[in-house]
Amino acid sequence: MADHVGSLFLPGDLIQNLKESEATKKILLGPGLRQENDLILTSKPGILRFREPNVYWIDSPQKRYVPVKGDAVLGIVTQKMGDVFRVDVGASESATLPYIAFEGATKRNRPDVKVGDIVFARFSVANKDMEAELVCIDKHGRSNGMGVIRDGGFLHHCSINQVRKILNPENVLLKTLGKNMKFETAVGMNGRVWVKGRNINETIAIINALAVSEFMTNEQTLSMCKKLADSLAGF
Amino acid sequence: MRETPLSTCERDFILSVIADRKRIDGRQTYDYRKIKIVFGIDRGCCSVELGKTRVLAQVSCEVTEPKQTRPTDGILFMNVELSPMACPSFESGRLSDEGVELNRLLERCIKESRCLDTESLCIVAGQKVWTIRIDIHVLNQEGNILDCASIAAITALVHFRRPDVTVSGEDVTIHELDDRDPVPLSVHHMPICVSFAFFDQGKFLLVDPENGEEKVMDGKMVIGMNKHREICTLQITGDMLLLKEQVLRCSNIAVVKVQEISELIQTALENDKTARSEGRKYGFAESIEREQITTHHTDITNVDMEDITKTNHETMDEEENQEQENSEENKVTILEKGTGIVGEGGRNSWLMSDDDEDVKIEPSIPNKSKKHKQKEKKEAYSFGDDSEEEETVVLDESDLHMIKKVPGSSDSVDLQSLKPSKSTPGKKKKKR
Repeated sequence: MADHVGSLFLPGDLIQNLKESEATKKILLGPGLRQENDLILTSKPGILRFREPNVYWIDSPQKRYVPVKGDAVLGIVTQKMGDVFRVDVGASESATLPYIAFEGATKRNRPDVKVGDIVFARFSVANKDMEAELVCIDKHGRSNGMGVIRDGGFLHHCSINQVRKILNPENVLLKTLGKNMKFETAVGMNGRVWVKGRNINETIAIINALAVSEFMTNEQTLSMCKKLADSLAGF
Repeated sequence: MRETPLSTCERDFILSVIADRKRIDGRQTYDYRKIKIVFGIDRGCCSVELGKTRVLAQVSCEVTEPKQTRPTDGILFMNVELSPMACPSFESGRLSDEGVELNRLLERCIKESRCLDTESLCIVAGQKVWTIRIDIHVLNQEGNILDCASIAAITALVHFRRPDVTVSGEDVTIHELDDRDPVPLSVHHMPICVSFAFFDQGKFLLVDPENGEEKVMDGKMVIGMNKHREICTLQITGDMLLLKEQVLRCSNIAVVKVQEISELIQTALENDKTARSEGRKYGFAESIEREQITTHHTDITNVDMEDITKTNHETMDEEENQEQENSEENKVTILEKGTGIVGEGGRNSWLMSDDDEDVKIEPSIPNKSKKHKQKEKKEAYSFGDDSEEEETVVLDESDLHMIKKVPGSSDSVDLQSLKPSKSTPGKKKKKR
């Protein structure tokens, strides 16, 4: 019964007739859903989502980030401590990033990271009640785009939802913006987007586009990007 | 919780943007963010939004004993709350240094400018005076709380009405609100704080700094001023040297800004007054802008209507309505804007049912839509077995694609003999 998938629920709403997997007769409850005895209740306001075969969750706007293993995030280095860096990722606790977890780093060859730098990293450990740990290398020991970001640009803070939205392959925001101007970007799942355009004007334009597009549909995004490109070109 | 640190990248960018005489949010250097003033249903409740910064002020009053030194003066008390809701780095309970500074500045701006006539608050000299209390709650912090709070506080103070009092001999009567109209406080003038942020040793100057700019700035100057160009407060913080010309320039800008804001407050108060006197709706709920969120929309769900005919026959009997005369039409009837029904029955009888058995769904149906659908399924909506409430959900067009369900113990969903007319059968969605 996938009928109320896609509809809005408020905390405390009862959800029934969820589709269970055929093999195990189980339902997987994701964020925002809670089991109480034999009832399934929502604990967050938002839209019920479903993924085959039996995964349900509530899609809700949220500002606070909760670390998840494997998430790529943008963190700010706050402290150097012995052989780890402390990195603020916007979660309730800061994460650690071992200096060895950079491409080409050895005990001798420490990476050049300063306090206040932005790092694009991935969670290797993210458990409840434990300190999360970041790495800047993939399983082959390559940086794969991760590492310190230092050559200018701006770090934009937005909602977690917005990040999910721009990373959605169906979303046209970054593609459309990219048609009109060249820019580099790194999108962290923790609600931070680093943007660097060719000049300050373009960077500001992109940040503003990001800021306003949170609740826009694709069509609206397209027209907004068009207007933006026009105004940048000086019409 | 600690505040999010500012990365060097952000700092450098903000500074270079300012050096370029621009601002990140696209404002000009002397521009304020959008100010929105909203009143609550109660008198003396005012919420002000300055961009995304948001402050709520509530004024209350009680009768107390005056201070020994000033037996004929009422008391004005100001209290600032910085809750962790506004910004995770704020702690509840004890005020931080920032909070104390804010409180003190507001006191200087409003209390010590003597804009409120405290002598008029005296009831019996030396025994009874009114204590006016302004509670200022910061609801969201996106920079420049002070300006926002000062607008909220003074507007709430002007908006407030205290109960009327009569004194005859020794007897003091405080009249109930419905007994006698409450009286406004006598506010002489409206001081408003205007903040200026300085960068690069006072070389660059910005009005209404937002969060990032506040973190980067060298220093800040606050000018409290009323629309008669009288300076009520002036404070400079931070480590920078200011030229005399800078201070003069700031005060000239402040004159203009205060003028604008005062007018805004005046119009907001006028609007609220007319709304109240004409009996129109007022208060927060009324001022929420509707249909703001434009997405979260799902694709149109097509519904198989074949099953519905069966269901209807079963439920028909118990309802057996009188409205069945006009039953042979299968057209969409638009009851009112945003509400329509398919099939006959004209008027909706479910609304009148006194048992809580019914589940009602009235999707709004766009006039011409061929794919319109009526989501009527038997068991599908039986949520919340023991719910006692009965509610109707009227969806409007933007919600069309969402199915709303209503708690109710129903196993009967009634839709009077609905025969699919324009339905497009054989759709994906299947009821279970």
